[in-house]
Amino acid sequence: MPRSTTPLSDPAQWIICEHCDSLYHATPLNKGETAYCLRCAGVLSRGHRMTIEQLLALSIAAGIMFVFANVFPVISISMKGLYNQVTLWGSVEALAQGQITLIALVAGLAIILAPALQIALLFWVLVHAQRDEIAPGFKICMRTLEHLRPWSMLEVCLLGILVAIIKLGGMLDVHPGVGLWAMAMLMVLIVLIAGKDIRRLWDDLGVQPE
Amino acid sequence: MNGIPFAHERKVTLCHVCGYVCPEDAHDCPRCDSAVHRRKPNSLVRTWAFLIAGLIFYIPANTLPVMFTTLLGSASENTIMSGVIEFAEGGSWDIAILIFIASVLVPCVKFLVLGMLLVTCQRRSQWAMRERSRLYRFIELIGYWSMLDVLVVALVAALVQFRGLSTIEPRLGILFFGLVVVMTMLAAMSFDPRLIWDAEVEDV
Ligand SMILES: [Zn+2]
Ligand SMILES: [Zn+2]
Repeated sequence: MPRSTTPLSDPAQWIICEHCDSLYHATPLNKGETAYCLRCAGVLSRGHRMTIEQLLALSIAAGIMFVFANVFPVISISMKGLYNQVTLWGSVEALAQGQITLIALVAGLAIILAPALQIALLFWVLVHAQRDEIAPGFKICMRTLEHLRPWSMLEVCLLGILVAIIKLGGMLDVHPGVGLWAMAMLMVLIVLIAGKDIRRLWDDLGVQPE
Repeated sequence: MNGIPFAHERKVTLCHVCGYVCPEDAHDCPRCDSAVHRRKPNSLVRTWAFLIAGLIFYIPANTLPVMFTTLLGSASENTIMSGVIEFAEGGSWDIAILIFIASVLVPCVKFLVLGMLLVTCQRRSQWAMRERSRLYRFIELIGYWSMLDVLVVALVAALVQFRGLSTIEPRLGILFFGLVVVMTMLAAMSFDPRLIWDAEVEDV
């Protein structure tokens, strides 16, 4: 381990494990490589899998899929000649009655608001990053992205839709809607673009500490 | 132990938001302006508080009905467990097991693991530190899957709205169940896994 720099004088050369506070000298990783902490075996850092341009393209695709997933019904059912369908918003609304409205807010955050904000903020910072610029409001965008991550639950929502389809399939005719396919693609895209990997922009853009 | 220095021994601390290596005496991260703490503030107390709140909500979440169904004139109410049993009796073992894992097993595992982590950290135990660290990351990863039942009830209640024929409505239990998920997520976020390793050094 080179001792030429100290963590105080040259912070960019060092890396701290978020799980156990171990301090390491940073080593650049190649695509697909992962560094693990020797003390706690947690992930220390990952090599970047995609370029900024690819991330931007995927965030645009995610934006389109988000619109499809929200405009089109995710499930439709029919029973004795009657027909009904549900969108993501419709399912959140179904929870917003009387005493339990609070849970509608949580569900709305988890399946609509958090993913929407994630996509919009990612697009904003990436569209500037791709031109080597630091987006206006970059710090607040990046901080918000970090705080949104745990509350974005598209994977759970997708599984929920599948369970609902099977659950109702026993008593009625159930058809998956266009929204479901968009939802499935959106989930994959969000997993690809909204992870911790986006923190690289701090270094890539050379955001200077004050 | 194995000679890897701890960040606090070298007078630096990590910014959890952007990953910057901050000076130990900084209040805000020089790069992203987030508040930095050497350890999450009042981690043990806050984690206990969220955990106990979650445990309290867990009782009505399981005893109150989560769903009210009318089908051709007959009405029935389902709790989480009765929903699971209904699936199992109807032959859908896979769905029954899935919902059982997401709604019963995951919250219980979270309660137990967080409780164990809190007690061992308060005792400054050096037992199985690496494994406990792994367990913490595991419950952080699985925690939000418990929202499954909330979303299933939402979808089903929005769909089955055929007046006179069949309707499904959400009931109060689902609110408490959702709150259990939120509380256990907040508990996991408040816990600082670095406390596990602080037992290794004397002067913290
Ligand atoms: Zn570590
Ligand atoms: Zn920071």
